[in-house]
Amino acid sequence: MLESLGERLEGIFKKLKGRGLLKEQDIELALKEVRVALLEADVNFRVVKDFVASVKEKATGKAVLESLTPGQQVVKIVHNEICQLLGGTEDKIKLAPNPPTVIMMIGLQGSGKTTTSAKLARIFKKEGRRPMLVAADLQRPAAVDQLITLGKQLDVPVHFTRDKMSPAALSSEALKKARLEARDIVIIDTAGRLHIDQALMVELKEIKEKTSPHETLLVADSMTGQEAVNIAKTFNEEIGLEGVILTKMDGDARGGAALSIKAVTGKPIKYMGTGEKLDMLEAFHPDRLASRVLGMGDVLSLIEKAQSAYDMAEAEKLGKKLMAESFTFEDLRDQLKKVRSMGSIESLLGMIPGLGAKLKNVKIDEKEFVKVEAVINSMTPSERRNRHLLNGSRRKRIAIGSGTQVSDVNRVVKQYVEMKKMLKMFKGGKGLRMPNIAGFR
Amino acid sequence: MGLFDRLKKGLERTRASLMGGIDNIFSGGKVIDEESLEELEELLISSDIGVKTASGIIESLEQRKSDVKKAGSPREFLKSEMTDLLGRPEPLVLFGEKPFVILTVGVNGAGKTTTIGKLASRFTQEGRSVVLAAADTFRAAAIEQLEIWSQRSGAQLIKQQAGGDPAAVAFDAVEAAKKRGSDVVIIDTAGRLHTKAPLMEELKKVRRVIQKAMPDAPQETLLVVDATNGQNALRQAELFNQAIAVTGIALTKLDGTAKGGIVFTIKRELGIPIKLLGIGEAVEDLRDFDPKDFIDALFG
Ligand SMILES: Nc1nc2c(ncn2[C@@H]2O[C@H](COP(=O)(O)OP(=O)(O)OP(=O)(O)O)[C@@H](O)[C@H]2O)c(=O)[nH]1
Ligand SMILES: Nc1nc2c(ncn2[C@@H]2O[C@H](COP(=O)(O)OP(=O)(O)O)[C@@H](O)[C@H]2O)c(=O)[nH]1
Ligand SMILES: [Mg+2]
Ligand SMILES: [Mg+2]
Repeated sequence: MLESLGERLEGIFKKLKGRGLLKEQDIELALKEVRVALLEADVNFRVVKDFVASVKEKATGKAVLESLTPGQQVVKIVHNEICQLLGGTEDKIKLAPNPPTVIMMIGLQGSGKTTTSAKLARIFKKEGRRPMLVAADLQRPAAVDQLITLGKQLDVPVHFTRDKMSPAALSSEALKKARLEARDIVIIDTAGRLHIDQALMVELKEIKEKTSPHETLLVADSMTGQEAVNIAKTFNEEIGLEGVILTKMDGDARGGAALSIKAVTGKPIKYMGTGEKLDMLEAFHPDRLASRVLGMGDVLSLIEKAQSAYDMAEAEKLGKKLMAESFTFEDLRDQLKKVRSMGSIESLLGMIPGLGAKLKNVKIDEKEFVKVEAVINSMTPSERRNRHLLNGSRRKRIAIGSGTQVSDVNRVVKQYVEMKKMLKMFKGGKGLRMPNIAGFR
Repeated sequence: MGLFDRLKKGLERTRASLMGGIDNIFSGGKVIDEESLEELEELLISSDIGVKTASGIIESLEQRKSDVKKAGSPREFLKSEMTDLLGRPEPLVLFGEKPFVILTVGVNGAGKTTTIGKLASRFTQEGRSVVLAAADTFRAAAIEQLEIWSQRSGAQLIKQQAGGDPAAVAFDAVEAAKKRGSDVVIIDTAGRLHTKAPLMEELKKVRRVIQKAMPDAPQETLLVVDATNGQNALRQAELFNQAIAVTGIALTKLDGTAKGGIVFTIKRELGIPIKLLGIGEAVEDLRDFDPKDFIDALFG
């Protein structure tokens, strides 16, 4: 099975000792693993090659951070590079100054165009706009019915024909109708086609000519392999793209195709599909994809996130508190909030080397964390600062106030005490460590 | 056009790049050195064969020098190595008591329904009677899609309303086929990602319920894999196999530029035979998989 990069790097971490400057030989060793990880994640081999070369250049001679091993440091650089390659966080669909905004969905067969068209329509409708869908896939059996069904579910009108008609003619007819009916968004669902199918590529060009879409979006399956580069390149060169939507991200594909596509087109990934239901379209987060491409055990992004969540001044303050043994429930709550702001607990735990493999089948109950927060929120400020105040009747009140059981409150108090103990142990040590998250289960 | 020629035509683009590449690497009696091996690795990886399998192939080229010599050239050696990886041809054959039940599964958009349509018309053209079960009750207009294929192929369609119980549709179809004395039942299921436990449970239920109507069924459980997919296809095969014991693979969309190299790894790691190839969207675009033809078409 695919090992995660984190798991594999554990082996390297053992081999690589020492600090100081990153040595070429350290880098090469680590980059070999990075290369394999990227290839296993389906990043195109040419993209991998360029990528590894540029990382090598950036990494050589860099100072190794105090907190990291050389191997980790290389991966950190890789992670940063991937994020950079994948681009800024949000690249929304741009609306035309003069409505309607025309959006054309294109891509291979079965990539998710029809479903994604409906998902977009839903988002626009929720924003209070008046979208219209166009069933311009006249190729696949029952494609028109599929879009009509989805349109009905959303209560969004679908323009379609049962007659012999070209998709381009149908689309321009739809545009006219949209203007008449004051529709401000027109989403054209087209037939799936192979990028090498000349006849069908011409058909797309015709639709484009007739409707001048403001956004032409390539819908690409996140499970796509090495060919992603050729597919994206051809669609971009022949039709022209404004962006990409990556679908079926709810599976376990590592999604390296995203890197390939971005590398050859330079076009932003605007959304990702995370399920078959129509509300499952999310903003695309480069950093999350970077971690995913590199495998779950990405200790670096954990470290990085930990570093950014705890800025230095704050860390110092917390350190002082620990010295003074004044760590309160309020501090616990803040810490929890920070940990949760870094991503799902599961993905965070997955980043801890050695834990990744063991945790594969463990489900972590995020609700537990919500409960802990709720319990702390229901305490009075003085209770939060002095746990000795928490007698039976107060605990009962807190349980009622937070919608939990007294046993839950007891558990939170116990965890707090344990955490305090644990933090005390760090007191002598240097620097700040992550709290023992797993201890909260 | 003969069968092989059509396959070759379907695989032309695949062949052009893989074969042209191998010929270039080892042209003019060039030796097997680090550079040529690296090029070969890239070529293999670009077919989605995966790093591990590619390394294995390269290792044998590197180490079994006398076998390479015996084969005549690195190219011939690679050809026979890769053919061996795929094993013997194991076409989809009907056997046993009627009806022969084929359960079709796979991730979303892989080409299940289309493959079923093509298979159905192959069987009806052979003079067999076919029942199709519209057990994808989830995706919008999935039933209508299969209905069109049943008309194209002259197969009977068994359906219920959208949103119904897929297992019940499958059961009805097998019962109907038994009653009518039909030869084949092909069950279409909703696309599902292999990671979704409840949906995999649903498939197990479909199988259990079919077995109530016919204990030996399904005689064939066909996993449909999109050749455009990369390494994730191995996970698909692994998990679908775990859930419902896959007996064969249909590899679709080979008319594109994707090479579907992952099937080498699927065969190597899981032993699941590849049985069918999809090389287009029309009724006639279905081929039996034959390792030798496949490799010949790849290698020219
Ligand atoms: N070019 C090409 N397209 C194919 C092939 N097989 C299927 N398709 C197309 O791929 C798309 C998806 O095929 P379907 O048969 O609907 O796939 P499915 O697995 O039933 O999809 P869901 O039921 O939505 O999960 C359709 O547009 C088909 O026409 C093939 O061999 N080559
Ligand atoms: N799991 C999952 N399935 C999806 C997603 N997007 C689309 N699908 C499914 O993929 C299949 C093909 O989608 P469809 O929209 O018909 O693709 P099209 O052929 O490109 O129009 C259908 O079964 C969809 O339900 C997604 O984000 N996640
Ligand atoms: Mg469609
Ligand atoms: Mg289907």
